[in-house]
Amino acid sequence: MKFKWWHGALILALLLAILSPLASSSPDGLERVAEDKGFISTALGPFLEVVPDYAIPGVTNEALATILAGIVGTLILFGIGYGLAELLSARREA
Amino acid sequence: MHIPDGFISTPVAVVGIAVAAGSVAYAVKATSKKMGEKQVPLMGVLAAFIFAAQMLNFPVAGGTSGHLIGAALAAILLGPWAGLLVMTCVLIVQSLIFQDGGLLALGANIFNMGIVPCFVGYYLYRGIALPFRRRKLGIMVGGGVAAWFTVVIASIACAIELATSGTVPLRVALPAMAGVHAVIGIGEGLITAAVLALVLATRADLLELQKA
Repeated sequence: MKFKWWHGALILALLLAILSPLASSSPDGLERVAEDKGFISTALGPFLEVVPDYAIPGVTNEALATILAGIVGTLILFGIGYGLAELLSARREA
Repeated sequence: MHIPDGFISTPVAVVGIAVAAGSVAYAVKATSKKMGEKQVPLMGVLAAFIFAAQMLNFPVAGGTSGHLIGAALAAILLGPWAGLLVMTCVLIVQSLIFQDGGLLALGANIFNMGIVPCFVGYYLYRGIALPFRRRKLGIMVGGGVAAWFTVVIASIACAIELATSGTVPLRVALPAMAGVHAVIGIGEGLITAAVLALVLATRADLLELQKA
């Protein structure tokens, strides 16, 4: 298979996923405002936990759990994005 | 800026879901049979890249972090409707699989991080980039500045939803949200300009695709 531009782009996205343990764990902008203005406690927990906090459950090494979650999510989104675009593509008639 | 369930009231969440569902349905119609040979892989890699990049929170002042939204980038490269579809895919997967952003709040999150920044980003980018005589410079400046605005405007939309929900008064939420996101938006602008520079250096033709 010939190497195409988007193979490189997908590899770049996967490299970012591998870097994910380096991300800052500080609260984000909305969480910061919620803490400062006293409404953080109004947040409800999720109905169902699948991969909470971007860490694959059961993997004891925190960095590895995050990297795996990142890779899984990146590949899922590549598949969904590509598949959806294929469905909407001009190649499909009627 | 992913809103968890509980931050916004049920009526605000339901309006968000209705607006998001209607917009996404129209986006499917608007892009149907219009995706070309190049856009198919581009939509896949953009969804993948935006998800991965959103995991990489960067520190900003005062023990706070921010991350890319990516809506401006998606809209610049794909047009606002296809960009909205990419952002919707990312936000649905984040909410359903990674519990980032509430389920009820999904509509509001699609509004704030999809609809609003895709359209603001796309038209602002075009308005800034087109008058430039040096095309590449115009694309990078336009993309970067538009991306900064998308983050601030998304944060204002979020503040209005919080205030409408009775969670926090608007006079408190608005300056706080816009203030911190004016800083986070600098990261959005720099990353967007850098990715556009990379696209210009490797596949400049991709920037010709986006016609509204």
